[in-house]
Amino acid sequence: MKSLSEIDTTSKNASKASGFSWGISEEIGKNMRLLEMFGFSGVKNLNKYLKTIKEKKFLNISLITKNNTSKISYCPIIAGTNFLDQIKTFEELEEIYFENIAFPVLFIPFVSRASEIIGRRIFLKIDDKEMLFNYNSSIYSKYFNNEILENGSRIELKLLENKDSFNEIEWEELYKLSEETFVEESEKLKQKAAGAGLTDND
Amino acid sequence: MQVELRDPKNLMKLSKLGSFHQSKLSFLRSFLKEFNDWTFNKDLFDLDDKGNGIAVYSLKKDNRIYSLVCFANKIKDEDRSDRVIATKWDAAFTLYDGVPKKNDLERLSKNVPKQEVGRLSYKELTLSRANKSIRIFNYIVESLAQGQQPDKKIISEVGYLYRTTAVYGSGKFGLADRFRIKNRPEICGPFRLEMMLVYLVRQFTFDQVNHIAKAKNPRKAITLDKEICRNLGIGNSTGLGMAPFIVNHPTLLNNWILARETALKKIREIKIVKDLESEIFKDCLTKSFKNLTSWKTDSEYQKRKIKQLVFELNKFINFLKKDFNFKNEYPFNKIYLWVEKNLNDECIEYIVSMMMEPYDEIVNPLLNTMSSEEEKHFNIPTYRTIENLRDILESKYSNIIKLDFSNKENDKNFWFISKNKLEPRIADRYSEEGSELEQPIAIARDIKRLYLRISNLKNSLEIGKFLIDNNDLRHVVRRAFILEKFPYAEIQDNTIGSNLMPIDMLRLKLSFFGATKFDPKSDKWLRICMFQGAPLPNELKLINDKWIYNSLN
Repeated sequence: MKSLSEIDTTSKNASKASGFSWGISEEIGKNMRLLEMFGFSGVKNLNKYLKTIKEKKFLNISLITKNNTSKISYCPIIAGTNFLDQIKTFEELEEIYFENIAFPVLFIPFVSRASEIIGRRIFLKIDDKEMLFNYNSSIYSKYFNNEILENGSRIELKLLENKDSFNEIEWEELYKLSEETFVEESEKLKQKAAGAGLTDND
Repeated sequence: MQVELRDPKNLMKLSKLGSFHQSKLSFLRSFLKEFNDWTFNKDLFDLDDKGNGIAVYSLKKDNRIYSLVCFANKIKDEDRSDRVIATKWDAAFTLYDGVPKKNDLERLSKNVPKQEVGRLSYKELTLSRANKSIRIFNYIVESLAQGQQPDKKIISEVGYLYRTTAVYGSGKFGLADRFRIKNRPEICGPFRLEMMLVYLVRQFTFDQVNHIAKAKNPRKAITLDKEICRNLGIGNSTGLGMAPFIVNHPTLLNNWILARETALKKIREIKIVKDLESEIFKDCLTKSFKNLTSWKTDSEYQKRKIKQLVFELNKFINFLKKDFNFKNEYPFNKIYLWVEKNLNDECIEYIVSMMMEPYDEIVNPLLNTMSSEEEKHFNIPTYRTIENLRDILESKYSNIIKLDFSNKENDKNFWFISKNKLEPRIADRYSEEGSELEQPIAIARDIKRLYLRISNLKNSLEIGKFLIDNNDLRHVVRRAFILEKFPYAEIQDNTIGSNLMPIDMLRLKLSFFGATKFDPKSDKWLRICMFQGAPLPNELKLINDKWIYNSLN
């Protein structure tokens, strides 16, 4: 089994050898580490992608907008890097769409890291494959095929609001139960068990 | 009184960093301190009469066990090489996480002796190999076989029986990634497992030499005197492999240096120094002074440094005796100011190390601050502006941006990775081929490029937008924002200039390891000694933290 450190270093060097700058290659190395750690087929997809770009050109997107459409597939690395770099600028947008991203598995770790940067969960749908990114700590998904995904024709991103997953009644019920670990204070305890006095008019 | 931390722009010069010495913060000293209540055991020792075979040693506490697995091999003299190009070694080692089973030992026996071309698993933590110092090893075997202890003078010329030529960890060749084990409290300091491996290897060298002597002359042979064992360490031969590490781990570098600088600052701020504290300082200084006389090197460069160091230490000791009174307020601050004014870097940093010796209460809490999780600081804050970036470059890299890289002397070298051995190398870009595959170690040059690139840009431009067309400099944009938060994260020097001494970079790292007796063999590699004077594994409970000065008596 390859260690994540080996995966990081080899992916970084292979990306540099394929024409990416050192800075972008560093991002790719870290991303492959993330993908493999989360159980996605990062190395497999990167390997095929780096072979493919020798023969096929993909579009480099610069500024990310709400709708990003192109007949030529976007490069997942440049799209991902700019998505990550610009995430703060479109934080107000609730949804972002891409049409055609090549090798979209390589785009996934950028979204995961963006979720941590903005402190919000992000929902990602690549065609029929759904994923929920939890602040770069975990990815919830049913998609665990160890496959090479050469293109995602419709990519949908939802920047989710931070809100509770439960209602107020459920919370109150739970809180009430938690109160049973608290001690009712007697008059004596009120005076002696806390640090400060009952009046602090000195 | 408040003392300022030393200015990174002066401190982080390579000539200064290349003058650092071991100290109480050093990893091999903190390793022994951490493991002093662990139980040592020799679990397996199956060597033939020539000393070839397998041995397993372990350190155990509660439910945690670390096992060193040793494979000793017969090799021809002509195959014995310290260089990384070697393919055979006298012995090869791995540190196993737990107790290896029979099938583990079989698997390891097929892979560990092969080193870089073998495969390890997540159950192995570190990997190393070592060669005998043939002259000393054979001499000791002969002496013991004849029933005599070896001559201490002859031994002290080398100081070890074996020299490791590489120690690998953190995921190399399939070894366990750091993330798997990083939360274990006993290894929260940097390089703890590498230190453990080297320390246990040292015991193997003693057991092996005793075993061979006994096999050679069962009736007459004696075992190596424990006092002599304590005075032997483990050698290490180190080349350029270490140099890029300190460039590629900026926050870790910061944390090492910051710990040292924080200790120095706090010691200088002590108003009243107790008699016992000043005595410990003077005692360590005197004992360590003897180290310099046993520091052997063929390197003229190092000889000059040692000569200068001896001269200046004498000058300092005279100053202490004649002109200094520890009863004065803030005595260590006064010492530091005198030292900085009157001595050179090698001696200044030597005395800084000595100043830490009396102060466990200052140094010990800092030991836990010397690791780093680089990933946490990896993301570039792309919402910041060009004005922010320019401010950082002008304030934190002010010496670097004055360098002129159109001058060939400043742009002379390039760092690359050897295809043959996957190791870093350095070469002249104007006379050698391969500079188009240069590694991103030329930070000063690339920072200067970044500074020129942004010179005419609008202050308000966001970094995220700037990077769209300037990703060729992304790696140094990242570094600049790291340096903003971590003042000692960057070498404030040119790592590709014609006057670069790469061993300064090695020396910096090795000093934090706790190495002594730096012996440069060229400007690109050196030999050192580790654990000389250290207690033996079954004496760990009685450890005296000043053991590093024991070997010197």
